[in-house]
Amino acid sequence: MMYRFRWRKIVNLLMFGITGLCTLVTVAVLFLILGYLVWKGGTSINLDFFTQLPKPPGEAGGGMANAILGSAQLVLVAALIGVPVGFVGGVYLAEFGGPTWSFVIRYVADLLNGVPSIVLGIFAYSMVVLPMRNFSVLAGGFALSIIFIPLAVRTTEQFLRAVEQPLREGALALGASKWKAIATVVIPAAMRGVATGMMLGIARVAGETAPLLFTSFNNRYWSSGIDEPAASLPVMIFTYAISPYPDWHRQAWAAGLVLLALILVVNVIARVLLLPKHAHGH
Amino acid sequence: MLMAIDMPALRPDVSPRAPAGDSGHHPDGRPKIRVSQIHFYYGSFQALDDVSLAIGANRITALIGPSGCGKSTFLRVLNRMYETVRSARVEGSVFLDDQDALAMDVTELRRRVGMVFQKPNPFPKSIFDNVAYGLKVNGLRNRARLREAVERSLRRAALWEEVKGKLHDSAYALSGGQQQRLCIARALAVDPEVLLLDEPSSALDPIATGKIEELLFHLKQSCTIVIVTHNMQQAARIADDTGFFLMGRLIEFDKARVIFKTPARKETEDYITGRFG
Repeated sequence: MMYRFRWRKIVNLLMFGITGLCTLVTVAVLFLILGYLVWKGGTSINLDFFTQLPKPPGEAGGGMANAILGSAQLVLVAALIGVPVGFVGGVYLAEFGGPTWSFVIRYVADLLNGVPSIVLGIFAYSMVVLPMRNFSVLAGGFALSIIFIPLAVRTTEQFLRAVEQPLREGALALGASKWKAIATVVIPAAMRGVATGMMLGIARVAGETAPLLFTSFNNRYWSSGIDEPAASLPVMIFTYAISPYPDWHRQAWAAGLVLLALILVVNVIARVLLLPKHAHGH
Repeated sequence: MLMAIDMPALRPDVSPRAPAGDSGHHPDGRPKIRVSQIHFYYGSFQALDDVSLAIGANRITALIGPSGCGKSTFLRVLNRMYETVRSARVEGSVFLDDQDALAMDVTELRRRVGMVFQKPNPFPKSIFDNVAYGLKVNGLRNRARLREAVERSLRRAALWEEVKGKLHDSAYALSGGQQQRLCIARALAVDPEVLLLDEPSSALDPIATGKIEELLFHLKQSCTIVIVTHNMQQAARIADDTGFFLMGRLIEFDKARVIFKTPARKETEDYITGRFG
């Protein structure tokens, strides 16, 4: 009896140790990356980095202002296409799709989510770049929106489904039509969750590189319009990192740091948004 | 059909809204809702089997019975809330006054037959917007009239004094009992002729329950009330008529005092004396 009791304690301790260690490794990776980026790229971050155009190789200094603006434009285009399509699709999936249709759409969305991003890049290339005969912000934003839409559909669906049935019935019981109940009670109740999901989706696509390589391409100068190629942080990191110049390497690390910091900030804002504002009083 | 002769226009004096101070009892026991031979199915499962009864106007009708006996399903037939369940199917007829409730426009039916649920389900909106919701979806936009209707409904639900200073606070800030009275006020705002309550006090403490019962007692002057309850004492305290359901059948339906003192059926007696259920 004593023996078995002790054995259980040992097993318990062992499992605690293993799970704890794995958790530690997971958490440590993020801090390791962050620390490494700060160490390698921290020195290159100054006001110039955010306000200047890149300098030619050999010339010290310069910045990535055009890439930061380019990334913002790309994400904006992706959001302008992806948020409405993903949201409305999610509403359909959660509220109107019958069991068969919902299953099919959900499955397709999940498959789309698993398509390698470079494949989506080729798709955007043939759909937008070739007809327009030009690399452009539009093409890059389109490619990112294809990655964003399935994420947006699924989070919207998830948060709408999480709205409790009695809340819907409460609206229906007052003579609201199904659509009215969804628009005035279900969607507002799910809104914070949906907004959070959208922000996480944006953060996810902001770091995508592969689909931009042959859609928005790159640009050493300010982009003159959304129908023109533009620099972006991920592509800039790629270009600078494979270059032979130590100064560019430092700037690539700095760009990585800026990109990661932006994504982390968006993530944190999203999480804070999701914090319960007030608990149910029952 | 008999109902065809009984046109509403021919009896203008029997408006469901009796003047305040009226005892609330119509001596003739005119039925507000007539249900005949309802068979109800969820897919292949039969939840109600040949249920017929008449619900008297301005009376409180309590439905009792063990869990799963069909009493909540029956309640959901009366405002067709069962339609949210895909596989649900109903046979038989339900008449609200002289109108076929199963054929009429469902939003119209639900405006006339309000419902209060087991767990308080206020919307994540302000107290004011909760009460105004039904009016707004029915097209009322005038701010002054909304304000007036919200105050009147909160007074009818005996909640006005407690919330008048904080109408624009979140409804979630209220206690459970207050939330349930808010849900009653919300249902009353559209001036329903019938109020259905599905175990409205099962999540509340005895004091909050007492308040709701007192409130229902006053409300029956202006409303016909149907309440599902697991609480036999509650049914005995407030009901005029009581129906006992068992396994999808309406075993017995009579004046509450008959059901609780001298039930005709053995199953009823066994249930109310606590021998099963």
